[in-house]
Amino acid sequence: MNAVLAIAGREIREGVRNRWVLATTLVLAALALTLAFLGSTPAGTVKASPLAVTVVSLSSLSIFLLPLIALILTFDGIAGEAERGTLLLLLSYPVARWQIVLGKFLGHTAILAFATLVGYGATGLAVGLTQETGAGGWAPYLAMVGSSILLGAAFAAIGTLVSAVARERAVAGGLGIGLWLFFVIVFDMALLGILAADTNQTIGSATVPWLLMLNPADIYRFFNLASFGDVSTFAGLAGLSETVRIAPAAMLGALALWVAVPLGLAALAFQRRSV
Amino acid sequence: MNARPVELKGVAKRYGAVTALDGVDFAIEPGEFMALAGHNGAGKTTLFKIILGLIQPTSGSVSVFGSSPQSSQAVELRRAIGFLPENVTFAGNLTGIEMLRFYARLKGAPRAQCADLLEQVDLSDAVTRRVKTYSKGMRQRLGLAQMLLGDPKLLVLDEPTSGLDPDSRRQFRTLIEERRKAGTTILLSSHAMVDFEETADRITFLREGRIVACGTLEALRKASALPVRIRVKAGPGAQATLAEAVGDLAEVQRINGQSVELVCAPDKHVAILRRVGALEAIETVEVRPPHLENIYAYYRDGGPAK
Repeated sequence: MNAVLAIAGREIREGVRNRWVLATTLVLAALALTLAFLGSTPAGTVKASPLAVTVVSLSSLSIFLLPLIALILTFDGIAGEAERGTLLLLLSYPVARWQIVLGKFLGHTAILAFATLVGYGATGLAVGLTQETGAGGWAPYLAMVGSSILLGAAFAAIGTLVSAVARERAVAGGLGIGLWLFFVIVFDMALLGILAADTNQTIGSATVPWLLMLNPADIYRFFNLASFGDVSTFAGLAGLSETVRIAPAAMLGALALWVAVPLGLAALAFQRRSV
Repeated sequence: MNARPVELKGVAKRYGAVTALDGVDFAIEPGEFMALAGHNGAGKTTLFKIILGLIQPTSGSVSVFGSSPQSSQAVELRRAIGFLPENVTFAGNLTGIEMLRFYARLKGAPRAQCADLLEQVDLSDAVTRRVKTYSKGMRQRLGLAQMLLGDPKLLVLDEPTSGLDPDSRRQFRTLIEERRKAGTTILLSSHAMVDFEETADRITFLREGRIVACGTLEALRKASALPVRIRVKAGPGAQATLAEAVGDLAEVQRINGQSVELVCAPDKHVAILRRVGALEAIETVEVRPPHLENIYAYYRDGGPAK
């Protein structure tokens, strides 16, 4: 475990030094604050908790931003070290390969978690201090912060997998961007297209939410927008969440699988990688 | 661990249709300094990777300190090995001392050793500088420092002196010599064979994945039967006499008006010296045995087969 922590620690230190931590935290905080205060304008007229409105806007933003940040942070992890020759050196040390994968993943996820907690936490506090939030508003917000970290971790695991598979840094970068496009944009459009073409309704409305479980970004969206009554009203998903019931815990479980499975595959791919 | 530091038997490594190593039998005795020579692509790095357990040989057996580098104890085995890869580029925003402490932690080496090692490789002034600002020579020296962490019993160095200036090379040789005196086993590959002509106990020549020769410098010199050159300073008048005296034993090459060179088989040179010594007009005699560089070139270009 010491080796895992040593590698994670080095990634974190490197992240602090090259200002990745600072930049990510500032970007997330700035965007979250902007959305929270611009988004709170209509809240007065619909008499809803401003935090619920913030959850809707912020989770929509996170779906784009967090996977991108996570992939950019992780794609270099193994492929980059291989290119610089330091991977060969690292492997000559008393370290198992899975420890390298896990250490890098934990380090990168810690950076993402810190940025998310501080950026979104500060926003939550700012909204809480300046506006009437009501007691019920906090649960969806905290769930959103927590699931954002899980979303970041899922894409960090996917990025680590990409880095373990790709021969070169440039290939890893390209694959990362490709996967981001696929999960964040293409997947939903394709699903929508299929559903529109499916005039006979062979794919029942009950199946759709399960199809969404195939995409970590959609799990996150579904979890945040449909799990809490107050929020789902705003998100326009109240109908959907009534016809289909996937327990929030099950969705979190699915998201956790999206962390564990790519990470396991990354360890496997790295084990087989020739150096 | 009384077993040999390194022992390979009939090791072959194939990548698809490419044979990187073939029928390699290779052993290093405890405390020995083994130099590995061969052109690029001869299989040196592959051999190192197999010894370090980073890749598995296609066939044959490998043992490092008596156990397989692929076995479950291999992780522990690596604590006893220091490795300096070819072309390692330390990058990033950590400082030299932070980088070394990271490697010390991985290896379970005492943290206090880091500052000492950086001093030994002359990086004391740069310990708090970020590694990405280091010059190539400084990076190589940082590589040396990490290799020495935890006082390994076996050092494996892949082209350690490439890219170093003559001063750093000398420093590096001193450092290696110190370790050798302390009883550390050393396996080193290098293009700059002069660096190790005098220090290496044995030299192994690798060519297209096969070992073409292995032995002490003396033995290799003998086996290669490369000619000995005798340079004799003799005026124009004496040159004709000289040619007459030793013409049957050596080829006489005129260098200039003042000296000639006698090229002869290694076992003939004493006989030639006797005859040359008997001549009166000779001023100086200089015997030049073949350099390691010549022997290296001889085996690299095909050895006895040619």
